Amino acid sequence: MSLDLKFTYTEKKDTRSGFGDGFLEAGRKNPNVVGLCADLIGSLKMGAFQKEFPERFFQTGIAEANMIGLSAGLALGGKIPFAGTFANFATGRVYDQIRQSVAYSNKNVKICASHAGLTLGEDGATHQILEDLGMMKMLPHMTVINPCDYNQTKAATLAIAEYEGPVYLRFGRPSWPIFTPADQKFEIGKAWKMIDGKDVTIFATGHLVWEAVVAEAMLREEGISAEVINIHTIKPLDEEAILESVAKTGCAVTAEEHQINGGLGDSVAQTLIRHNPAPLEYVGVNDSFGESGAPTQLLEKYGLNAENIVKAAKRALERK
Amino acid sequence: MEKQPIEQLQKICTQLRRDVLRMVHAVQSGHPGAPLGCAEFFVALYFDQLHHNPDFQMDGKGEDLFFLSNGHLSAGWYSVLARSGYFPVEELKTFRKLNSRLQGHPATHEHLPGIRVASGSLGQGLSVAIGAAQAKKIDKDDSLVYVLMGDGELQEGQVWEAAMYGAHFGVDNLIATVDYNGQQIDGPTDKVMDLKNLKAKWEAFGWEVIETKDGNDLKAVLEGLEKAKSLTGKGKPILNLLYTEMGYGVDFMVGTHKWHGSPPNDEQLANALGQLEETLGDY
Repeated sequence: MSLDLKFTYTEKKDTRSGFGDGFLEAGRKNPNVVGLCADLIGSLKMGAFQKEFPERFFQTGIAEANMIGLSAGLALGGKIPFAGTFANFATGRVYDQIRQSVAYSNKNVKICASHAGLTLGEDGATHQILEDLGMMKMLPHMTVINPCDYNQTKAATLAIAEYEGPVYLRFGRPSWPIFTPADQKFEIGKAWKMIDGKDVTIFATGHLVWEAVVAEAMLREEGISAEVINIHTIKPLDEEAILESVAKTGCAVTAEEHQINGGLGDSVAQTLIRHNPAPLEYVGVNDSFGESGAPTQLLEKYGLNAENIVKAAKRALERK
Repeated sequence: MEKQPIEQLQKICTQLRRDVLRMVHAVQSGHPGAPLGCAEFFVALYFDQLHHNPDFQMDGKGEDLFFLSNGHLSAGWYSVLARSGYFPVEELKTFRKLNSRLQGHPATHEHLPGIRVASGSLGQGLSVAIGAAQAKKIDKDDSLVYVLMGDGELQEGQVWEAAMYGAHFGVDNLIATVDYNGQQIDGPTDKVMDLKNLKAKWEAFGWEVIETKDGNDLKAVLEGLEKAKSLTGKGKPILNLLYTEMGYGVDFMVGTHKWHGSPPNDEQLANALGQLEETLGDY
């Protein structure tokens, strides 16, 4: 079966490379940009920056709590620290350090979190954090961003360097379709309507935006018109875009590589329940940990792929 | 700020102690013991050692910075900040009350001059101070960064992450002081969680360690801080082990953990204030 996709790709790449390339470019643009990494420079693709700006890069060793504190100190001295590690160690392990030294103190620290979600793959559940968006979005002052592909991650990395305030930037490990333009402008807090539709809205974030694009084509073959909205910024949430779309379609699906508890779906539900209670179905991990496996196998097993978005859309439609 | 004679500094110490006691008494909460023990340190730092500007700038470029990692000493820090001109002394009466900039533990969200990062959850200040010191190094700013930690606080693992890092990067524009009073909330540190040989620990981590044996003797504190300053710029971060007595200056509060987190009642306050001359005028 060959689908008529509204967005296509010729190349796949990991979103962490989008971060690494954006980080290097941000460093070239602004001498105040500095980097820190807790012994994962290769994995985070921070090596090119380190090589070009050794005096502005700090290898912290395997000591994430210290890295967050250092970042707060560098930030109050006028630097723009990008602190990188795996999403698990960038959030749960250092929640209190982020809460007190970064969020409450409102420091201009960019927490750069790779290998998020199930698509980390074979390393298994110890590393596959599925709660990070929830933890970070609960923190006052924190901006939470989860871009969908290499190009959007690179654009987001450049955008957060220009933004003053704490940011959590989430990206991942797997090679993934590059389906958004290289020259895109990234607007923090502004949802991107990628595909117009009238029957159901799919709000997707991160890697699952691609699955939503595939799901839209599958639904269209069955005569269902789906709108696809890319929610790259979980917080602040673009409530206006959400309400405008659901006012038209009357029902929605959220899709994310995260626990249903506390994720994008929760945020969308809060918005709808207050302004326009409409049928909403969730595609996300349902209160379980992950496991080892290939990324696409895991997305299938845990119900996070295009087929599952299609099923959820039909459930939402039936409830209209 | 012009240097003041030691007799004058001594008077400020006494006033700081009065401020601390009156602040925690007024709101019947807070931590009087440790700031009483650190009065000489606070005054020596702010009235003699720091090159600082009470016209507060967050980035502190070109001036020495101080971080209070053991944020529960807030009453002492607020007093010394107010007495050195960061904000009106009158404002000390709002300590820990609703709508105050003087939060129970130091915070930045109400922009209280002098505070650069929140503290209270222990173990984080050394990391922040090292980051700020590295920002100065990048900017070729040769002023210094100071941080105060509690001895009990050294039970937090993050402190040792920072200790390892500070030595690895040769952060030699940093003077970290440990308030070595041997007390923590639940009792003496050697009973709660023995710190053993702190000097050897810090030296093993690669720090230059000095000991200020009488941290409640102003002259000794000043000499210790001068010595610490003379050791900066030599490739190693400096650790100042400051031996103090918790509750110093009030006979019934000294040398016990009992006043770590408890305020005096009316009678106890009157007794304590009777032992501390009002030198600069109460707020």
